[in-house]
Amino acid sequence: MMKTLSATFERFGGVMLLPVALALIAFLLIGRPSTWVTLTVAGLAMGMMIFLMASGLSLIFGLMDVLNFGHSAFVSFGAFIAASVLAFLGAWVSGGSAVLNIAALMAAIAAATAFGALAGWAFERVIVKPVYKDHLRQILITMGALIVADEIILTLWGGAPIPVPRPAVLTGSIVVGDVSIEIYRIFAFLLGLCVYVAMHFALNRTRIGLLVRAGVENREMVEALGFRIDRLFIAVFMAGSALAAMGGAMWAGYQSLITTAIGAEMMILVFIVVIIGGLGSIEGSLLGAILVGLMANYVAFLFPKMSLASNMILMMAILLWRPFGLKPAVKG
Amino acid sequence: MREAILRLDDVHTDIAQYHVLHGVSLDVPEGGVHVLLGRNGAGKTTSLRTIMGLWRARKGAIVLRHRDITALPTPDIARLGVAFVPENMGIFGGLTVEENMRLAAEGGRFDDERLQRIFALFPAMEKFWQSQAHALSGGQKQMLAISRAIVEKRDLILIDEPTKGLAPAIIRAMIDAFREIAKETTILLVEQNFHFARALGETVAVIDDGRIVHRGTMAALAADEALQNQFLSLSMEAH
Repeated sequence: MMKTLSATFERFGGVMLLPVALALIAFLLIGRPSTWVTLTVAGLAMGMMIFLMASGLSLIFGLMDVLNFGHSAFVSFGAFIAASVLAFLGAWVSGGSAVLNIAALMAAIAAATAFGALAGWAFERVIVKPVYKDHLRQILITMGALIVADEIILTLWGGAPIPVPRPAVLTGSIVVGDVSIEIYRIFAFLLGLCVYVAMHFALNRTRIGLLVRAGVENREMVEALGFRIDRLFIAVFMAGSALAAMGGAMWAGYQSLITTAIGAEMMILVFIVVIIGGLGSIEGSLLGAILVGLMANYVAFLFPKMSLASNMILMMAILLWRPFGLKPAVKG
Repeated sequence: MREAILRLDDVHTDIAQYHVLHGVSLDVPEGGVHVLLGRNGAGKTTSLRTIMGLWRARKGAIVLRHRDITALPTPDIARLGVAFVPENMGIFGGLTVEENMRLAAEGGRFDDERLQRIFALFPAMEKFWQSQAHALSGGQKQMLAISRAIVEKRDLILIDEPTKGLAPAIIRAMIDAFREIAKETTILLVEQNFHFARALGETVAVIDDGRIVHRGTMAALAADEALQNQFLSLSMEAH
């Protein structure tokens, strides 16, 4: 009986159906279609931004077996660098030209992403490399690095909240009937989707991607086949850090006002996504991020006091059902 | 006696605080199948992993075709033409059979003629070409591990207990395949299954407690019951 149910569940999409099921339950509880659409789009946009931050961490966990508690520093730096670039290009941001609006945003995201990649390279070489294969020291040294990074941000940008100007073309909402959808949320969702498609292509259609997938399963065997896994580690760490910074930049635009706590606040959700998605799995990260994004928005509307606890409960429920997450990388 | 392709000279290896290899010295002649026999924990797997650079020799020398590889990183040893099939087969379960093989192919490109020969040796590989490797049976996984090792021409293949847990029919197929593979390369085979080892091996070395306690031809060991009693009862269960 259980086997038949399980086979039927898998045939209709398996765990990929969970966001649909969550959305349907929320629809019944919310009652008003326009509110439900607004919350669903907000949840998807939030999920995609969390996916940007979480996917790199998941690969770093899965491939390198590194517990990087400093990952949120890249989120914070990405947010503050993007805010500074947007402030510097203020005339482009607020001007009437849609091309300049988008160019300003792209420059902000590119600067954040490039900084993330370079800082990721330095972080891996100086801080992470000496503590491979030692989880306790990894936790201690990456948390120490996080504190130092937060202090650097505090020194450079100060402790007061910083406004993040949003490009004029992405302000406002699209109104269809009584449904109102923020344009920035649509943009965030589409950008996240593009990054996911690019990552999926890179992992499944390129030789480097093949090596990363193999390395997540068995690093030693990848070396025995003649590949230098340490070079792959650097590339993955840089990519993961760059994605975190990109996510931070997008999140800064979404929030409109950022503080030095931005990285730490997001890391709770990022860790939940990585754990419920399954280590080393990009599909798992996407699924986990969408579930977390939807859950956060639905619960914040339905039961505001349960907002923070809801994703913890989601994580516990999923881990009780699937201890290795929803879509972990296959091993062996 | 042919020239040795691989020479281990007084190799000592530690794993954590344990001194596992106590001065292993071994010559592996070029071509054919050469067997390292020994009971569980005797040092067979440690020997192979030390040759491959996965565990470091603390003392002694490992020489491949006159080149000292003792301190070389594993990828460099692999690029010198050494393939390794570990005891757990080391296949990538989330990758397809094709992707597993492609990783080992030079530049990710297959030599079609070679691939057809592999399919002739192991027809299951062609049948399950696009299947995920984790879905294969134990025997098919072993075939994949060996196919991956020979997707390019190698000078030396290190194989760790390929018959472990396999059905007799699969083991017979493996014997035929290994005979074919040994026509173009050298195989250093670690085994506990004496019947399998006897069917393939030209030379044999017996390891016990981290030391080589016997070396000679397989024919001599197979013909000499007293030798077998001395070493097989010492070091393995003869299947």
